[in-house]
Amino acid sequence: MSRPAVNSDTDFEITKPLKGTAGWLDDRFGGARGVRTYLLRKVYPDHWSFLLGEIALYSFIILLLTGTFLSLFFVPSMTEVTYHGSYMKLDGIKVSEAYASTLRISFDVRGGLLIRQIHHWAADLFVASLMIHMLRVFFTGAFRKPREVNWLIGITLFALALIEGLFGYSLPDDQLSGAGLRIFEGTLQGIPIVGTYLAYFLFGGAFPGHDIVPRMYIIHVLLVPGILLALIGAHIFIMFWQKHTQMPAKGNTERNVTGQPSYPYFVAKTSAWFIFIFAALALLSTFAQINPIWLYGPYSPVAISSASQPDFYMGILEGALRVMPAWEWNFLGHTITFSVLIPFAVPLGIILGGAAFWPFFERWATGDKAYHHINDRPRNAPVRTGVGIGAVVFYGVLWIEGANDVVADKLQIPLYTVTWIARVAVIVGPIIAYVITKRICLGLQRKDREELLHGYESGIIRQLPNGEFIEVHKPVDEDGLAVLEAKKVTALLPAPGSEDDNGVPTPSGRGVLGKARAVANRAFAESIPIEADGHGNGHHGNGHAVAGEEHEAVGAPGSTALPPGEGGEE
Amino acid sequence: MSDMEETEGTEGTESPGAPHRVIGTPPPSPRLLGSAAVPEEPGAGAVALVSDSDEFAEHLEGLPPDDPKVIVHDRRAERVVAACFIIAFIAGCGFVAAYVGLGVHTIDDTLRSNLALGLSLSVTLLGLGLGTLIWVRNLMPNLEVTQQRHDLRSPEKERLATEAYFKEGTANSQFVKRPLVRRTLMLGTLPLLAAPVVLLRDLGPQPGTSLRHTVWSPGRRLLVEGTNRPITPAEFSAPGSMITIVPEGYEDDQDALTKAAVILIKFRPGELHIPTRHQGSTLVGTMNWTVDNIVAYSKICTHVGCPVALYEQTTHHILCPCHQSTFEATTGATVIFGPAARPLPQLPMTTDAQGYLVARRDFTEPVGPSFWERG
Repeated sequence: MSRPAVNSDTDFEITKPLKGTAGWLDDRFGGARGVRTYLLRKVYPDHWSFLLGEIALYSFIILLLTGTFLSLFFVPSMTEVTYHGSYMKLDGIKVSEAYASTLRISFDVRGGLLIRQIHHWAADLFVASLMIHMLRVFFTGAFRKPREVNWLIGITLFALALIEGLFGYSLPDDQLSGAGLRIFEGTLQGIPIVGTYLAYFLFGGAFPGHDIVPRMYIIHVLLVPGILLALIGAHIFIMFWQKHTQMPAKGNTERNVTGQPSYPYFVAKTSAWFIFIFAALALLSTFAQINPIWLYGPYSPVAISSASQPDFYMGILEGALRVMPAWEWNFLGHTITFSVLIPFAVPLGIILGGAAFWPFFERWATGDKAYHHINDRPRNAPVRTGVGIGAVVFYGVLWIEGANDVVADKLQIPLYTVTWIARVAVIVGPIIAYVITKRICLGLQRKDREELLHGYESGIIRQLPNGEFIEVHKPVDEDGLAVLEAKKVTALLPAPGSEDDNGVPTPSGRGVLGKARAVANRAFAESIPIEADGHGNGHHGNGHAVAGEEHEAVGAPGSTALPPGEGGEE
Repeated sequence: MSDMEETEGTEGTESPGAPHRVIGTPPPSPRLLGSAAVPEEPGAGAVALVSDSDEFAEHLEGLPPDDPKVIVHDRRAERVVAACFIIAFIAGCGFVAAYVGLGVHTIDDTLRSNLALGLSLSVTLLGLGLGTLIWVRNLMPNLEVTQQRHDLRSPEKERLATEAYFKEGTANSQFVKRPLVRRTLMLGTLPLLAAPVVLLRDLGPQPGTSLRHTVWSPGRRLLVEGTNRPITPAEFSAPGSMITIVPEGYEDDQDALTKAAVILIKFRPGELHIPTRHQGSTLVGTMNWTVDNIVAYSKICTHVGCPVALYEQTTHHILCPCHQSTFEATTGATVIFGPAARPLPQLPMTTDAQGYLVARRDFTEPVGPSFWERG
């Protein structure tokens, strides 16, 4: 309303109430400029992978809505009652009030089953979309300066989501989740020194006691959602403040952001996206039954069914428990049970801790202190991509091992063989995945280099006068060039023990840490130079040139692609 | 090129004259420069419009809106959008009708209600979502904007000024200059930090030695889980079978059963080779804890406490379904595979005057998962 419009048909009046309200607010808060530039005209880059975080956000909103509905009917109590509800098969059975009220929601509240199932599916989608969103951010390097803090907030959100999910599906006090809680309690007991106290304080005494459901309930509906809400607010505010990253493309620079304005484009599209996610969850909840607690029955500590599986995001912990050999130490009257402690702490510790540590490690290893608003293509960061795929394989092996009985049954492999395969694969698999991924990345870089230097294969075959057939190569168009040339190369740090121009040894190269940094740096700097003269500038470095293939020389060219003026000190 | 998806936006309209996509920032066009004037506040007079062109550069793609092709296409798109919204309306009415009309309270009714409510809700949402999407992509002009980023880092002089003011403020507060105030303040706050920990103390009792004992005591009868009736060795005579046992008087006590649940396994004569058993640091023979080739083991897995519920007759393996710890039943439930580190404890058994199976005494070692104080 404050500028000549793109569209010519602006000859309508803004309704009086809207204009009046806006004026009233602006008189008091004076936000016209902020509303225009930060809200209405804010630019949102367009890429399918930028929708992944939105899935998480919208599943969370759906969780809040459906969860509020459920809390109107759910009774968080372990008091024993005799069930006389609509589900006749359990008539006369002694169950907890939590279980009975969950049955009531399912069979005696209209729409209750639907909302309960939407809530459960939304929880699964929430965690799944968080995982995929994190992978996207990792593989494109969107966690780099200035976004490290938001990356850490994201990891915290993910960890909280796991706790929130575990406590949520344990609330109905059914057989399946009760077994999960028992495993959780048994694991707590195993923690050295404080374990039994932790378990007794959390459960109000011996397992199962009468306190755990009401305690999990208040953590599940108030404490964790409150923290999640605050952190999500911070996450989105920081994203707003720092502006979104964008993919490499023609015209995209580190100094701009290109996309569609918030109003009306992004608002309309993201509303549609929210509605689609809601629709997908509604469809799943209509046709795909989830967590049928009436089939599992109420919890009993003496019963269990085989092939019980937790929700998918707990699969890694379950698999870690299953893959572990029986290691236990007894000394001085104390027991340390590694067969519980390692599965409990190590896999998620490696993945979440490693993810949290990574931006700082990468910065240390590459010496890259620049701002990054243009995402990396995964191939252009082979070490990062390799490590990421390694982590995915590590996670995946444990996740599958979490269902080793099902795998053994379906594939007709002996159960112990499955576990032995997993024991080997969980260590060897990530290493192989790293090596292969890195080679693939470098191979793709070679392909990019070929395209840049000689054009792409057009598919047109031409016969030369001498009878020879050749394929015509066509030069890459401008848009393609922009993508290819967006590649940045890690600078090789001064080698350990080397001296600078004044003959002073580099301080960074000393000691174990300095040597480790040099090794990491060399790995990061391994790259296929894209410049036509990439091997002509005398920086062949580690001399990896293969005879006859000198254009495939592996090594960092001396020229780095740090944007001028952005290598500021911290 | 296989990587083009990385550069493509969501332009892809199906409009007849699908415009060629132009990526990038076009040179600032004159139309972006504000020149019109509107009155801002009564009495304020006419004010020139603010221009954002130093920050935003716009680029409009596609044919002009008065092109005949565009007019036809837009009219069709408009109708499709309206149809989607009408479908959403009808399905939404259906949702309300299903809520009012379909009852629950039986399994069949619940499933019918769930189907009707879920389907109508899904169709409503899909109608709204599709309509909105088609609207954005076919009716709204395809506008692309390039916005300038600002430096996130503050200018150096701002940093210095802030630092200077903070220094001044700290000096004014006298916090650094007066260590007595500073240290007593910290001292005064310290106990308060412990308050949350202190307040949480009553969350539960201390474990004490409770994890070392179960409710089994000399002469307490073994009841069959489910029927809760005592059992004689003669009634449990089929070799190879396994049943779950609960202690008399604690048939429904979950806290007690979590530790005291027992499995009973019957063997053929000569199959059982329970050699010895650790009791503290001494080895004791436990063959006399069995009755008539019937042996009682704790049902609680020594890994993380799942009930070991699976028994394979032919191999005499007891399997925990949670993490597949496998125990050899004939040799004292020793671990042969999986993450459990210790055998299942054996319950000493005998028979009472009526011939029913009873406990000789409590387990001689803690049952269930390992814990620090277990030793």
